Amino acid sequence: MDAPARTGASNAEKGASRATDKQRTSWTAWWVAYAQAAPMALVFLLFFILPLLATFVVSFWNYTEYSIEPAFVTTNYQDVFYGCVARLPGLCTTFATYLSTLKFVAIVWAATLAIGFTIAYFLAFHVRTLPMQIALFMVCTIPFWTSNVIRMISWIPLLGRNGLVNEILLSVGLISSPLEWLLYSDFAVALALVHLYTLFMVVPIFNSMMRIDRSLIEAAYDGGASGWQTLTNVIIPLVKPGILIGSIFVVTIVTGDYLTIGIMGGQQIASVGKVIQTQINFLQFPIAAANAIVLLAVVLLTIWGMLRLVDIRKEL
Amino acid sequence: MAAKTVAREEKRPRSFYALALFFALFVVFLYGPVVTILTLSFQGPSGGLTFPMNGFSFYWFERLWGGGGTVDIGTAFRRSFALGLTVMVLTVVISVSAGLAFRKKFFGSTALFYVAIASLIVPSIVVSLGIALEFRIVDDVLRPALASIGLVSPRGNSLGLFTSGLGAHLSWTLPFGLLIMFAVFNRLDKSYEEAARDLGASNWQSFRYVILPMIAPFLIGIALFGFTLSWDEIARSSQTMGSTNTLPLELAALTTTVTTPEIYALGTSVTAVSFTVIFGTLAAFFLLQRRRRRRAMTED
Repeated sequence: MDAPARTGASNAEKGASRATDKQRTSWTAWWVAYAQAAPMALVFLLFFILPLLATFVVSFWNYTEYSIEPAFVTTNYQDVFYGCVARLPGLCTTFATYLSTLKFVAIVWAATLAIGFTIAYFLAFHVRTLPMQIALFMVCTIPFWTSNVIRMISWIPLLGRNGLVNEILLSVGLISSPLEWLLYSDFAVALALVHLYTLFMVVPIFNSMMRIDRSLIEAAYDGGASGWQTLTNVIIPLVKPGILIGSIFVVTIVTGDYLTIGIMGGQQIASVGKVIQTQINFLQFPIAAANAIVLLAVVLLTIWGMLRLVDIRKEL
Repeated sequence: MAAKTVAREEKRPRSFYALALFFALFVVFLYGPVVTILTLSFQGPSGGLTFPMNGFSFYWFERLWGGGGTVDIGTAFRRSFALGLTVMVLTVVISVSAGLAFRKKFFGSTALFYVAIASLIVPSIVVSLGIALEFRIVDDVLRPALASIGLVSPRGNSLGLFTSGLGAHLSWTLPFGLLIMFAVFNRLDKSYEEAARDLGASNWQSFRYVILPMIAPFLIGIALFGFTLSWDEIARSSQTMGSTNTLPLELAALTTTVTTPEIYALGTSVTAVSFTVIFGTLAAFFLLQRRRRRRAMTED
């Protein structure tokens, strides 16, 4: 794969293929495309669209201690936002939970972007041969194929009270008693999230970088730009789509996360997902559904804002 | 291209070494913790959750698989494996089919694409709850009707491994499959198909003998995604498995209750399966590539 040459060619191909589309359809029956798309459409209808509709409908239902009943009440939403207006400028439970989540989103986004960009930059511009690039890229992706839970619990022997980090710090004499904030804390949650999701930044940014025509960078150098100027004026603008795709992934994953925050926070830190899960466990489906709809709205608004900046389909 | 490579070969900028060091640290950060629990799962019988190692043994593995432990791992293991294989096959077939559809124009293609992206991005807990609610409603509404004509038993629920569970996993794996198909087909020259066409191949023949051999290596990638995403999936499984538990669900439950290296032994076992599947498929991929290259050379 000759990346630079390919980038140049692919745009031309796209133009050409658009022109030939009409001819092509003439030798394929019109219904073939529908038949081919149908299985996927059906799966998404049954296991994504209808479930979301069901959630929306149930969020207006009534519930008692024993049962849930069809109705049209807004009490669930009132419960979700209970005290949110009255208690201003203080924070109600829901706002406080979202604020706590927002804090993790900001930290994790900044950290994964900084690390992900650096790693992708190294792979794309400093590793010279394609086989080496692929090999090092694989090294980064392999942990992604293992269970998230395992990658979370693997921090326990390192960060625990008697863990490796504390043992080392104690033996060196830097601290006199074990640090308590290493595990089951905000720190542990942020660390685990960065550990789990940096790859989601590396992949799209690396993809964007590999599509940059190398002659643009040569031209920048020939024009007298320093390495830093090339980075900020040529490379960063060109990989913006990759950065945005990675950001969308990381931001939405962290917003909806409940497992990492649960396990790494020692079940002590609030998150929207955890609230929903607790309500499901108590069979309070309608209020869980209302919370889910609010969470969905927050996530969709965030993505909508980010998507206005990039057209994902052109970037693949 | 070659000339440029040679010119660049002359000197490495100083930033290279700084970045190489950063990359090395990143790899340590990625692998360090996992290596730690892989090591600790071989703790001696008196060993604890942290270092030091009190001897080396397979004690915790024996406890885990001997049934003397806390959970019935064997059943959950087989369940997850069966589901993973099913998801893998369906993901490949459905993704390729949809990928082919997207090469043509059809009404609703943009909508389907955005739905796929949305399915990837909507928080899993929301999807999981939604599927559970959908199945409950269907049970409430349809089951009495179906039971009255004797098709199903009047009691019970439809939530289960191969109903709601399978659907939940597909809603997670298919977007990945579709995105890979996009990446593949965007780079696949259409003139091959047109050549096949011109030589009189039918639709099916041009797919079977021209397109399929060209995209086969990427299908292995989709299969890999399908299996491992399902094998490790937990957030979408949480509400959709009914009364059954998959392996990751058992594992997550254990994090709050088990205080022995048994949980590391389970973690090591799960990772071992993932790695066997990954490296097995990658080996298959390279064999396929080599065979193809050899065949291409002999035909020349």
